[in-house]
Amino acid sequence: MIYREAGQFKTTYGSDQAIFPILQDRIFVGLVLVAAALVPLVADEYWLQAILIPFLIYALAALGLNLLTGYAGQLSLGTGGFMAVGAYSAFKLTTAFPALNILVVFLLSGLIAAGVGLVFGVPSLRIKGFYLAVATLAAQFFLIWLFNKVAWFVNYAPSGTITAPPRTVLGVMVTGPQSSAGVRYFVALGFVVVFALVAKNLVRGRIGRSWMAIRDRDIAAEIIGVRPLQTKLLAFGVSSFYCGIAGAELVFLYLGSAETLAFDIGLSFLVLFMVIIGGLGSVLGSFLGAAFIMLVPIFLTNAPHTLGLNLPVALQKQMELMVFGGLIIFFLIVEPQGLARLWQITKEKLRLWPFPH
Amino acid sequence: MTEALLAVLRPFADIVSGPAFFVEVLIGGIAAGLMYSLVALGFVLIYKASGVFNFAQGVMVLFAALTLVGLMERGVPVPLALALTMLVMILLAFAIERVVLRPLVNQPYIILFMATIGLNFFLEGFGEMAWGANVKKLDVGIPDRSFMVKGVQINQLEMFAALTAAVLVTILAVFFQRTRIGRALRAVADDHEAALSIGIPLKTIWVVVWSVAGLVAIVAGVMWGAKSGVQFSLSLIALKALPVLILGGFESVPGAIVGGLIIGVGEKIGEVYWGPLVGGAIENWFAYVLALAFLLVRPQGLFGEKIIERV
Amino acid sequence: MVVRGAAAGESVTGSDATGPLLEVDGVSVRFGALLALNRVSLEIQRGEVVAIIGPNGAGKTTLLNVISGFYHPYEGRIVFDGQDRTRLRPPDVAALGVARTFQNVALFKGMSVLDNIMTGRLLKMKGHFLLDALWWGPARRQELQHRAFVERIIDFLEIQAIRKMPAARLPYGLQKRVELARALAAEPELLLLDEPMAGMNVEEKEDMCRFILDVNEEFGTTIALIEHDMGVVMDISDRVAVLDYGRKIADGTPDEVRKDQAVLDAYLGVAHD
Repeated sequence: MIYREAGQFKTTYGSDQAIFPILQDRIFVGLVLVAAALVPLVADEYWLQAILIPFLIYALAALGLNLLTGYAGQLSLGTGGFMAVGAYSAFKLTTAFPALNILVVFLLSGLIAAGVGLVFGVPSLRIKGFYLAVATLAAQFFLIWLFNKVAWFVNYAPSGTITAPPRTVLGVMVTGPQSSAGVRYFVALGFVVVFALVAKNLVRGRIGRSWMAIRDRDIAAEIIGVRPLQTKLLAFGVSSFYCGIAGAELVFLYLGSAETLAFDIGLSFLVLFMVIIGGLGSVLGSFLGAAFIMLVPIFLTNAPHTLGLNLPVALQKQMELMVFGGLIIFFLIVEPQGLARLWQITKEKLRLWPFPH
Repeated sequence: MTEALLAVLRPFADIVSGPAFFVEVLIGGIAAGLMYSLVALGFVLIYKASGVFNFAQGVMVLFAALTLVGLMERGVPVPLALALTMLVMILLAFAIERVVLRPLVNQPYIILFMATIGLNFFLEGFGEMAWGANVKKLDVGIPDRSFMVKGVQINQLEMFAALTAAVLVTILAVFFQRTRIGRALRAVADDHEAALSIGIPLKTIWVVVWSVAGLVAIVAGVMWGAKSGVQFSLSLIALKALPVLILGGFESVPGAIVGGLIIGVGEKIGEVYWGPLVGGAIENWFAYVLALAFLLVRPQGLFGEKIIERV
Repeated sequence: MVVRGAAAGESVTGSDATGPLLEVDGVSVRFGALLALNRVSLEIQRGEVVAIIGPNGAGKTTLLNVISGFYHPYEGRIVFDGQDRTRLRPPDVAALGVARTFQNVALFKGMSVLDNIMTGRLLKMKGHFLLDALWWGPARRQELQHRAFVERIIDFLEIQAIRKMPAARLPYGLQKRVELARALAAEPELLLLDEPMAGMNVEEKEDMCRFILDVNEEFGTTIALIEHDMGVVMDISDRVAVLDYGRKIADGTPDEVRKDQAVLDAYLGVAHD
């Protein structure tokens, strides 16, 4: 009844190709954004710090990986490495240019990560599928080793960790121990909303189409004129840009300090899971997947409590692994296109509601 | 500039000036390589016979080793423990076929691959939960002494592992090439639907294949476990097997051996002679870069079939 | 309606408006020991409709693939518009104005029909990365202009009703039509069609024939098509080339070819005593 398109006629191609062509969708998204902006007023410190901020950061990383793997079809297990590049670049930039605005630092780190991504994307012209995944593994292991070995990256700190220095934007403390979770939340929110919009624009236009063409039938794509190397490299570049910023945010807005362990192969898999469960080839899916992956450990920690059981930490970790693994298999069986597709199906059913068909 | 060049070239001189040590390193590399091959064999089996790249193979090695050690710790004598572990792996194969493979029968292979990633994590958690997470010593009675041959040190355990790998490979290679079942397996790998439609019992085949892979996992688990103890990092060996598979091709049983040898030797020599130049721990990434370099030159690996793309 | 122009960024230098549009000159293609094409020569004049026929495995699709630049011959030349184009890679061949459809429909399954046809316009779209990212200004205008053009092709091929459907869900006949739309979207000089009517019923075939003839008559597009249906071939083609075992065995008008002994032998088989 509510979710009807009746009466909404598109009279220009422009309105037909809008991101949210249906009015109800626009209202819904608007409400979500307003709610997101109001969250710091109602949420407590724990929720902001431990759940919402990492959710926004992981969503950005998942968005990046989804562009590369979901839209362009290039399987990548190097996400952790590219996020590390962003984080360590941000660290070096803040120490080398203390006066530089931290938001600009994030963007520059993204660009550096994009450059690295381009380099490791070059093999993708010759190598496809699983083999490319192995090439990205080379990137992952090599980059982590590099940041471990070369002390210059951590400014020769004996602890081997990088720490986010305090920085302000327009007088408000954004990073460092003095910054409030609310402010950091807004910065993360700002970045992810802007870049989600950019992703949507890329994807509905010329670039997205050339990516999907390569993904679906790369040979036919080449024959109709898509240039494979440029297209794939662009995907690697943009994806690494997003992951680089997410990596910088991970240290500067969430963890406060980190070592290479935070960016190991486990992180690559985590982000890949978010993308698979959320939905390959879907901007919304990246958000849904990130939310889902964030919530599962919370559910697992709290559910036994509410049931009256008290489980040791190790057992919880193990159950987490089992549930993750089980959920991946479950989703792949039930809906290989992930949560985003389930959402789409829900909307289609909503169009008809309350009628059965 | 010249200093850097000299530094890179000096290890070559070191090799020539110390041949006995070089041979030792070489043997160490060969032994390590054969261990990789053992794990890679499991991958090749499953891929060859069902077209699925089983990411969980490494964790199956770990799981097999954990089960074996767990049983032995509870006082079960070695031969019985081995038999029981085999039973467990066969049951596991049944479970995997029923829960993971059958529902995904017609999906593109990338989906199956991702399902095996899920399986990997599931088995990791499950294995740890069932048998505990600490490092365990695995002793099945294989002698582990070193002795000298013409000035070169050789380790008995590694030799045993090498021999086992060689025997296993020969058996499997013959099995695939010569027997009827082997042919059927190759048909299944090519096209599930087509194989079903000519009457090949897909379910049985899959259970057989994954059981055999499970048995290979036991062998690999025993060798690795005896060498470095049974611990979580064993599952990471799977990731190391990937460069081996790239070199040797995903479908070649002898390729798994050759690939393993190249990676094992390359890694060892690289680490011992060139590692110190850059601070060591090259092993973390050397194998992958080596595989990557190979791929650029020959995208189908050493033994793989040349990919002729059709439109 | 349609502006017949050169492909984006490509100036037509040295073009020979009187010579053949495409010349395949003594081309041989080998896969290992298999000789797929054996010194095949063929000329296609501007505005012609040429049918390429022959038994299965004769090398017809291989010939199209060589023209597309997907395979490179080990001997012989491909001359397009008076210039030697033998070594070109497929995207460059497409940039010259060659579009094609494929034997096993090669639509992009993850995209809608509209998006699939829009990929045919990719060569004509200029790249402004930052503007694309912001969906602003010239990028947006360009996108909408191309959308308008594609809509005209959709009207022409009468597929308005399915424009938002995912390509994977279409029945086979419609998939083939969408593939044709995608090829037309590129405004090609030369259109290569690989069995465009395969698997269609009589009505669908008549529709396809009508579309192909319209394209040839209205836009002057040169067409080379591989086809098995002899009725179609005789009806719509100006010339017919016959391949058998990688060799060209006949080349002429449909009537000439129909009576050619070598062709009859190839198709009907020769009795050996």
